[in-house]
Amino acid sequence: MINFRLEERENKSFWMNVIAPFIAIFIALLISCFLILLAGVSPLESYKELLIGSFGSRNAIAETLSRATPLILTGLAASIAFKAKFWNIGAEGQLYAGALAVTFFGTGLIELPTILMIPFLFLVGAVAGGLLLLPLVLLKNYYKVDEVVTTLLTNFIVILLVSYLLEGPWKDPMSLGWPQGASVIDQGVLPQIVARTRLHLGFIFSIFFAVLIWILLSRHIVGYQIKAVGFNPSAASHSGLPVLKTILIVALLSGGMAGMAGVTETAGLKGYLTLDLSPGFGYAGIAVAMLAGLHPLGVIASGIFLASIYVGADAMSRSMNVPSYLADVIVAITVLCVLVSLVLIQFKVKLLGSSK
Amino acid sequence: MIFDFIEILFTAGFWAATIRIACPLIFATLGEVICERSGVLNLGIEGIMSLGAMVGWMSVYLGADLYSGVLLAAIIGALFGFLHAIFTVYLGASQHVTGIGITMLASSIGFFSFRLILPSSTTPPKIIPFEKINIPYLSDIPFIGEALFQHTPFTYIAFISVIIIFWLLNSTPFGLSIKMAGENPMALEAQGIDVLLVRTVSVIIGSALMAVGGAYLTMSAFDAFYFGMINGRGWIAIALVIFAAWKPERALLGAILFAGLDAYQVRAQQLAGAFIPYQFFLMLPFILSIVAMIVASKRTRYPKALLIPFRRGERH
Repeated sequence: MINFRLEERENKSFWMNVIAPFIAIFIALLISCFLILLAGVSPLESYKELLIGSFGSRNAIAETLSRATPLILTGLAASIAFKAKFWNIGAEGQLYAGALAVTFFGTGLIELPTILMIPFLFLVGAVAGGLLLLPLVLLKNYYKVDEVVTTLLTNFIVILLVSYLLEGPWKDPMSLGWPQGASVIDQGVLPQIVARTRLHLGFIFSIFFAVLIWILLSRHIVGYQIKAVGFNPSAASHSGLPVLKTILIVALLSGGMAGMAGVTETAGLKGYLTLDLSPGFGYAGIAVAMLAGLHPLGVIASGIFLASIYVGADAMSRSMNVPSYLADVIVAITVLCVLVSLVLIQFKVKLLGSSK
Repeated sequence: MIFDFIEILFTAGFWAATIRIACPLIFATLGEVICERSGVLNLGIEGIMSLGAMVGWMSVYLGADLYSGVLLAAIIGALFGFLHAIFTVYLGASQHVTGIGITMLASSIGFFSFRLILPSSTTPPKIIPFEKINIPYLSDIPFIGEALFQHTPFTYIAFISVIIIFWLLNSTPFGLSIKMAGENPMALEAQGIDVLLVRTVSVIIGSALMAVGGAYLTMSAFDAFYFGMINGRGWIAIALVIFAAWKPERALLGAILFAGLDAYQVRAQQLAGAFIPYQFFLMLPFILSIVAMIVASKRTRYPKALLIPFRRGERH
């Protein structure tokens, strides 16, 4: 076994933080080459197809950006929570909670003019996502029940609830037996922003929220409190910071962002709720956040990048016969590479030679 | 009507199903117990179970015998455990994020390889799984025989592994090292024992058990591999570890209790399905896991060094 020790670096370089994600992506793509070779095709050719599939045409770019929309929002959800070391792995469930809220309020119960209806849907979606997280925060605070497990388990509960509602009371009678919800009323549908594509207003909203969260975290006292709680909760508590209040704000913001991802998918992309609304956007959000170094503006870039991998891999799997699960492998390896880079940014490896 | 619900408990089929449902949870919970006892949270569990289910099944599908299939599943689990250990033990990276990353990697590699080998199978192909073995004499006992002694060898292995892990943790020097690595790694280091190595070996053994738990699903409980067939069992196992207070014997108890409720809900569903939608029955395991954690919360005492990376020559 190689013997080594990690020593904390004295001066941490800003530029290393910027370069690290790119190196992580590069290594992930390099490792994934082996899997493409297993499929018996050329890795370079496959990556070319992936690139064309995600950025090669006006329609491909629009598709990538519309896929990035929920990823940016769930990425923000993970970033805010992880900054406070609050391990919200429940963005998937919160996304569906937001989608349920849109279906409840947006399919005829409340009718407002478009200019009010769309913000209203984002609001109810965010509130639903945040409220789903609230009892779990209280369980953590008062009963010390680990939020990792409860948020993960809640995902399954919410998706089963969606399944029940779509097959039962909320099933659209016009859907010919297919389990889907009623359509969002015209005033609530997020309009296209590029003609003849699926890119909708939700993308602008996701960027707007990334900037808003960035301002909140970097300019507002709450941002400082979140960082302090994440760094050392007991020290934060001793120095008089309102830890519970901070975690509650974190939970509402984080759950809210994930809830709004449900809004963009229901009111933007599809127009109605389905059981396969999210192919794991909640979990992928963790990868988005990690790749961005938990930086809200970085989330925009990493969300678009991961979306391009998913969209491009679909195209690649059609033309090259490489299973599209390659995208998930690339994303997973990227997360692990980012983790290594985080360690190497903070510490330097000192080889010790054999000590025994 | 109410008697029908009570009658379920007096059918041998219910108890046999309970044992069957408990097995993957037993393997997975034991595996997580070993990891956490040594101080490492392993959220790779869900993905490692999925990959184990795929590898065990695929090996048999491609011609290996059943026991080699289980062994291969264990080896692939051990490999991913080693990867988890490199990140969390040697590099000291976040155990939460690494675990999620390992789950993403293990399950996606499993799905990728499955599709690569079987590009277009709409109906999943089947293998001949482990067959039931009637234990001589014992299986003839009325009721108890059918409930407990007419299972596949894989099922008996699950119960034997509880005994082995119990013995390992409580009666061997290595078991003591595992527990010290999770409670007081400084003291372990002071005795000249390599904390990082103890943790690494623990995570490898634990992850192998998780993969075997996944393989039980495709090789004993069912005979095919489905995407998403683990369906949260790994996360439930993590809740069971807390409920079991990190003890193997209580992990067995928790898994059986849990499986019993699951087996019961399937049967109650047939009786009450007309009144209560099936989704609410399917929610029960997840709700119960959360309830179990709340119930256990009063006496929950995490291993002291859980989540804390150990760095040589550093004071904690």
